[in-house]
Amino acid sequence: MHKLLNEQSIPAREYDMVKFSENDLAKVQEIVAHYPDGKQKSALLPVLHLAQDTFGGWLSSETMDYVASLLQIEPIEVYEVATFYSMYHLKPVGKYVFEVCQTGPCMLRGCDDIIQYITQTLGIRAGETTADGLFTLKTVECLGACGYAPMMQLGKYYREHLTKEKVDAIIAECRKTAAEQN
Amino acid sequence: MGMKLLLEKAHVEGIRHFEAYRREGGYRSVEKALKEMSPEAIVEEVKKSGLRGRGGAGFPAGMKWSFIAKPEGVPRHLVCNADESEPGTFKDRYLMEFLPHLLLEGLIVSSYALGSHATYIYIRGEYAWIATILETAIAEAKANGMLGNNILGSGFDCEIYVHRGAGAYICGEETALIESLEGKRGNPRIKPPFPAIQGVWMRPTVVNNVETLAAVVPIINMGGEEYAKIGVGKSTGTKLISACGNINKPGVYEIDMTISVEEFIYSDEYCGGIANGKRLKACIPGGSSVPILPANLLLKTAKGETRFMNYESLSDGGFASGSMMGSGGFIVLDEDQCIVKNTYTLARFYRHESCGQCSPCREGTGWMEKILWRLENGEGKETDIDLLWDIQRRIEGNTICPLGDAAAWPVAAAIRHFRDEFEWHVREPQEAKRRNYGLAHYADPIHVPVAG
Repeated sequence: MHKLLNEQSIPAREYDMVKFSENDLAKVQEIVAHYPDGKQKSALLPVLHLAQDTFGGWLSSETMDYVASLLQIEPIEVYEVATFYSMYHLKPVGKYVFEVCQTGPCMLRGCDDIIQYITQTLGIRAGETTADGLFTLKTVECLGACGYAPMMQLGKYYREHLTKEKVDAIIAECRKTAAEQN
Repeated sequence: MGMKLLLEKAHVEGIRHFEAYRREGGYRSVEKALKEMSPEAIVEEVKKSGLRGRGGAGFPAGMKWSFIAKPEGVPRHLVCNADESEPGTFKDRYLMEFLPHLLLEGLIVSSYALGSHATYIYIRGEYAWIATILETAIAEAKANGMLGNNILGSGFDCEIYVHRGAGAYICGEETALIESLEGKRGNPRIKPPFPAIQGVWMRPTVVNNVETLAAVVPIINMGGEEYAKIGVGKSTGTKLISACGNINKPGVYEIDMTISVEEFIYSDEYCGGIANGKRLKACIPGGSSVPILPANLLLKTAKGETRFMNYESLSDGGFASGSMMGSGGFIVLDEDQCIVKNTYTLARFYRHESCGQCSPCREGTGWMEKILWRLENGEGKETDIDLLWDIQRRIEGNTICPLGDAAAWPVAAAIRHFRDEFEWHVREPQEAKRRNYGLAHYADPIHVPVAG
């Protein structure tokens, strides 16, 4: 059951493309140590977060297989989890993902206008990525910021009390950061 | 000013860190509990306090604790439910963001009471920066001898770990949360066995909401009997209410459950009235899954009595004319809001969040979303309203977990109280696209003040 992956099923070539650094492997060990011996599968959600952050912002099958091998579980156990939770991206996404809440309380405060404005400004619909690979727009369900609506998640943080002006500023800020990094 | 037991120090400079928190009297309950009290005595105090679970169900916390099994040689676990995801609810986030040590203090005392040496905070994945705040607080508490081995020389060992979810409302349901903590999909388990007997890793487990565990701190400090004197009836202590929607002052408020709904909405101390000088049309007083009420039934019960912000009063009249305290997510709709559209966004939410295990919920939530979409978009039929009613009735009570009920109730209540607005959407589809139905008769016969 906990035998490592059958090496024939995953060609070594692809397998080598995703590999945590020593530093990240130490993080994985630390996470696994939070749970009782033999219950390392409990570390799956946190380790998938780490993997997504490390390997390009999404989970490829190679990444998921790698996580399975690290935790000594079957790949299917990773796939079924990765497909269940909305924060895991199963396709490549833009460098900046705008996740705009569209549930009731945000709707009452005008999130429809914000979504429409982002759609117009970036020329993409919900679920799409700009041609330059910078931005992805996603509509999401309640993020627990109802009192500060309309809002979106951008990376680790929330951007709240959104207005069109704020959206413009956020886009400009992302473009600037991206340009500086290139 | 209402009494504050939890948030009083929320804005003290540096309170997020151990030093300031301790200086302000923090961790006194840990000293008292570990040095002077037995675990059983703590459970007794929590029972006496009358504290009810603050996550939504309102089950007496002390009683829940007393169910935990204690088989020889099997570790037990306390798990803090910080998967706050019910639309309208953002109180736990506020508490954790501003007072992380208050939660840790409550967790240490509660872990001692339940015999949990490894306690987990299951926090929704999107609250990523709050997970970092909590981890920093845990490191500080550990460096100061409040966590780890032999806490304060008492012989009690305890570690607290933060476990981030990854985006799934269903994981707020305790058995789904446990599955998720085990690294699986958040599919709720069939009960029994209850978590108190077989929870995480088949070990006895208690799952409590953030606010519930934080409330253990004042209960231990002042004693259960004193705590029970605050509030009214079976609504003891204070309650955090997260208010949102069309009000002047959205935010998190701590109330002592003796104030009226009208005072909560219109007083400057709380919501500050309806925004933009509009009138109140409706309100969902306890998170998106509880029944929506029109202004008249919100402010007064069907008997014409003033409605108060507590468990009993909010549910007065049952579902026919009342609602629920739920999670304390207070969503206010002004006269310009469309009930059909609001109900549609909630139906979409529940369809998105259904785990898919039970067919009434998996299929029914999708059907309700589709029907509400066509009603909202001028393509509804006269029979759709009864069809919606029929679907929600077949979901309710027919699923493993309460998500089915949570999806059914908002639709049922919207039709129950706002049926004429639904009918108008069918009768006047073009008109319904152009304008909203407005306040109509939903405030009759009471007077709804205009703000400002």
